[in-house]
Amino acid sequence: MFKKKWLTAPYLVFILCGTVIPLLAIVYYGFTDQEGHFTLANITAIADEEHAKALGLALLLALICTVVCLLLAYPVGLILRKHAGGKKGFVVFILILPMWMNFLLRTFAWKALLANNGVINGILGSLNLDPIRIINTPAAVVLGMVYDFLPFMILPIYNVMAKIDNNLIEAAYDLGASGKTVLTKVLLPLSMPGIISGITMVFVPAVTTFVISQFLGGGKIYLIGNIIEQEFTLNGNRQLGSGLSLVMMVFILISMALLNKFDKNGEGSIV
Amino acid sequence: MSNILELQHVSKKFDNDLVLDDLCLEVKENTFMTLLGPSGCGKTTTLRIIGGFITPDQGRVLFEGKDITNLPPNKRQLNTVFQKYALFPHMTVGENIAFGLKISGKSDEYIRDKIKYALKLVNMDDYANRDVTMLSGGQQQRIAIARAIVNEPKVLLLDEPLGALDLKLRQDMQYELIRLKNELGITFIYVTHDQEEALTMSDTVVVMNQGYIQQMGTPENIYNEPENAFVATFIGDSNILGGIMLRDKLVRILGVDFPCVDTGFGENKPVDVVIRPEDVILGEAGKGQMDGVVSHLIFKGVHYEMEVQAGGFEWLVQSTSMFPVGQPVSLSVDPFNIQIMNKPESEDEEAVVVDV
Ligand SMILES: Nc1ncnc2c1ncn2[C@@H]1O[C@H](COP(=O)(O)OP(=O)(O)OP(=O)(O)O)[C@@H](O)[C@H]1O
Ligand SMILES: [Mg+2]
Repeated sequence: MFKKKWLTAPYLVFILCGTVIPLLAIVYYGFTDQEGHFTLANITAIADEEHAKALGLALLLALICTVVCLLLAYPVGLILRKHAGGKKGFVVFILILPMWMNFLLRTFAWKALLANNGVINGILGSLNLDPIRIINTPAAVVLGMVYDFLPFMILPIYNVMAKIDNNLIEAAYDLGASGKTVLTKVLLPLSMPGIISGITMVFVPAVTTFVISQFLGGGKIYLIGNIIEQEFTLNGNRQLGSGLSLVMMVFILISMALLNKFDKNGEGSIV
Repeated sequence: MSNILELQHVSKKFDNDLVLDDLCLEVKENTFMTLLGPSGCGKTTTLRIIGGFITPDQGRVLFEGKDITNLPPNKRQLNTVFQKYALFPHMTVGENIAFGLKISGKSDEYIRDKIKYALKLVNMDDYANRDVTMLSGGQQQRIAIARAIVNEPKVLLLDEPLGALDLKLRQDMQYELIRLKNELGITFIYVTHDQEEALTMSDTVVVMNQGYIQQMGTPENIYNEPENAFVATFIGDSNILGGIMLRDKLVRILGVDFPCVDTGFGENKPVDVVIRPEDVILGEAGKGQMDGVVSHLIFKGVHYEMEVQAGGFEWLVQSTSMFPVGQPVSLSVDPFNIQIMNKPESEDEEAVVVDV
């Protein structure tokens, strides 16, 4: 096994170029000013009203998105576990099919669907129903997030659910448990690792997204991701962008640490 | 003794495959009943119908005279010990045992006492706080039993509970289960495909094949008086020969007339004859009922096992005295060791109806 160590070399190079070096660069820029002197200003900039609001909104929308995904995905996991039989794989395939389409395209499609004179309102209008005004609101952003990230919740939950031995469920019923007790005392604790990794896989990309808020928020909804993106691109202030990125990373790490506390065995965590 | 449990004309189909056909079974209170049969004969299905995990297509399940056919498993006064233990991996030993007690709303003190009592009963006194996933197979099995019996079920269902254990542990657990059964004074319904296990442990053995009950009786009864060729071959080793019942108490086997004790088969009627290998008496050539030559010899520990060619049939013989290969010997059989059975008229009938 040890002889084959060189096989890991490409992977190490990849980690080095893809993760370590960029991370070091961000840390460097985050703690320096335009002239290259050490400063904490880029970090403390998070306290600016505009930045703090964007971070708060990002955390809030990501949280709502995560909860909605969980509430949608868990019943799917339960139903797939109980029914579907040999068709399980196919149903999961259908559910995660959107994942195979380009992320930008998917989000853009929602923009077209939700627009005030878009597809949905066209249909509503032809049915003589009131049009919906949802585009460019936080609700539209959450909708886009849920649509984009739901498969990342379904997959890990389905995976742990499918592995739960049916004998355990029967044993619980045999010992007098009601359906509700089986859910709370057996299914939920046993599927916790899947729930945790699902939450991680949805929350992290949701809190950092800027594409969804840009497309579906119509430039009116600023999430921390949008601010950072603008600092790097429009304003060319990579120092401020790096500093804010570091703050966001810390928030994500704190969320993950809190989350992992629920997961005794740490099996499900991916961080 | 009254019937604690009754299956009345129970049938079950899985995808057009008739697994149980018009099965009737009565279980007396406080017995150790074993369902015995080859793989796929419907033992687990029968047990799961009793447990409430499967609803029969036809027929009724009675518990203490009351119809429970449609009662869900969590409402039945019976508990199951699952073949693969099915212990909850996210709970300790104690929490596993307490699961049913908590649901029925018992006090903490009662639960603590019960856990202690149950662990003592299965000889695992100090294990309450252990992680169940760290236990050996035999220990997990004991905890599964403890978890079931603390709920004081009137009937305990066990589906091949010793199937995954090694031989030595199996034998120990067999004795422990018998002891438990006697201490608890409850009814055990036990599923196994191991005939030795069935004979050792049970008060009543139910031999099943292809969804039918072939024979039901005490272990002695099943072993000594198999009702058909299936039971005879499935339980222990046996010589099964075609014969003709000449008249009451006389049967012709391989051209030789053997006195026997069976009556009521009519005259000159073709029958099947079962003779257990340990019931064949070998002796000096010419001094028995039939002569033959030893063709195989194996030492089995307690006895020798030999094959003897006689009358064109290869007899399986077990004896504590040894006759070397090639030696001419005589065979004789005591009349009461010859078991006569009706010959099945067709292949199909072999799996057929034995009403109990
Ligand atoms: N849920 C099911 N769906 C379809 N067929 C089933 C199902 N359960 C059992 N069967 C079939 O019913 C027949 C009897 O099964 P059962 O499990 O009762 O056998 P068994 O006597 O317990 O066998 P074993 O000793 O192998 O456990 C088998 O042919 C099996 O394939
Ligand atoms: Mg079985």
